[in-house]
Amino acid sequence: MDLPEWLAFGMAGFTLAFIVINAMIMSTALYTWFERRALGRFQVRLGPNRWGPFGLLQPLADIIKLITKEDTIPDEADRPAFTVAPVVLLLPMLLVVAVVPFGEDSFLGRLNVGILFIVGVTSISTIAIFVGGWASGNKYAMLGAMRGVAMLISYEVPMALAIAGVLLLVGPALPADAEGFAGISSLALSKIVESQVLPFLLVSPLAFLVFVAAASAEMSRTPFDQIEAESELGSGYHTEYSGIKFAVFQLAEFMAPIVTSIIIVTLFLGGTRGFSPVPEQIWFILKVFVVIFLLLWVRATWPRLRIDQIMAFAWKGLFGLAILNLFVVATEIEFLRTSDGTLSTGSLWLMAAINWPVTLVSVVVLARLLGHGRMDRPEPSPSPLANMYAEAE
Amino acid sequence: MSETLLDDYFRRYGLIAIFAAIAVGVPTGMLMMSWMLSLMGIRPHVPTAVKRSIYECGFETLGGRWTRFNFRYYGIALLFVVFDVEVVFLFPWAATFGAMSAEFGAFVLLEMAAFIGILVVGWLHAWRKGSLEWG
Repeated sequence: MDLPEWLAFGMAGFTLAFIVINAMIMSTALYTWFERRALGRFQVRLGPNRWGPFGLLQPLADIIKLITKEDTIPDEADRPAFTVAPVVLLLPMLLVVAVVPFGEDSFLGRLNVGILFIVGVTSISTIAIFVGGWASGNKYAMLGAMRGVAMLISYEVPMALAIAGVLLLVGPALPADAEGFAGISSLALSKIVESQVLPFLLVSPLAFLVFVAAASAEMSRTPFDQIEAESELGSGYHTEYSGIKFAVFQLAEFMAPIVTSIIIVTLFLGGTRGFSPVPEQIWFILKVFVVIFLLLWVRATWPRLRIDQIMAFAWKGLFGLAILNLFVVATEIEFLRTSDGTLSTGSLWLMAAINWPVTLVSVVVLARLLGHGRMDRPEPSPSPLANMYAEAE
Repeated sequence: MSETLLDDYFRRYGLIAIFAAIAVGVPTGMLMMSWMLSLMGIRPHVPTAVKRSIYECGFETLGGRWTRFNFRYYGIALLFVVFDVEVVFLFPWAATFGAMSAEFGAFVLLEMAAFIGILVVGWLHAWRKGSLEWG
């Protein structure tokens, strides 16, 4: 059977994309089970254990419940925007997966600007959160959305600066030639993975720390979950959501740690690189799993920060660290590079030896500068109404 | 640009376009599925006045949804614009730094140091004036 080329391409692309997207959604469903079980262990309780062995069927039960639940939309809500918001929030999470290399040749979209694509696409979720919060017509949702936008855009700056610090270490671009080879820019994710003879976590730990902190703020989980601070805002931007729309929001929110881990592994842990008997796809998945667990551990350990602490941490702390990292790394490259502008493995080790002490010192200085009561707000003066009942007694 | 290059370009971005279409289609399909369940009468749909009102802790909401934006948000937005534009200039510099510095020497580093230096002075000034404080 002879298909026209565009049709064959379209069908193959459709099938691949459909498989990858469904795999992501399935692994997110499994991840919700894992997260709840693990959080249970962290908090010395059992976690979901009723449905199926070890509670493995819990995600299925949740999906059935949420899909058959009544979907209430308040009269005040802006209906079209209210309905669109969950879909828009899920879109960037999935799009990131489209450009990430899972193996040396397992690509979906081999973009030459992979990392720019990721930076650009992930900022869509800010818009989705604001649309959802605004369209609900609820004050809690509105407050959550405003805080969310302020926090997400603040952390986008150090995150992008940390990525720029990584780009410094990536080897030079291969130019396009006349034989149809499109060239590989140093913004391509495959190039970033290929350059990690030494994982960039070792070479520039400061960029890693900044990126992990900023990325965990971008996925708005517990140390940074001002967006939906349950004790203050009801549930933040999705206060009014119920039923299937809430399910899609939750899907996006639980997919965020997986996607973040995928980016962290690709940028800092050598992506698909590994030792030869184990295939590189397996290495990739193993690394992603380790990072997911570490992020979960962070979530289980730290309490929620106040909004002023979060903003101060982004603008005073991470921003300074990211700039410092950028110039330390650039200066090192200036002195250590070979005459054609590349770095040998020996100089990468040397950079690691310099960067680890720099990281330790700068983190300690930052803690001195921002920590130890320096971010405390002045003592609030109690309102005369606050003691109304005390006086009556 | 030769024809094969252009072809390659469309292939790469065509895949992303197909992927994006499905990434929109799957959650939309989930919403549609739930909606069809409600048509079949499996998903309940009994709106009452209380359900249709917006969530509040037992009170009726005072005032409209249009709470005023605190002016702090504008400050943050301005800072974001300034430093995000800086990032836009940093990316091409960082991506080509090795090769550029091999060709032009320390000038490449010093030039960016001057550019960022000016912004860092602005950042320290904002810090001292208290623009980075929340509240």
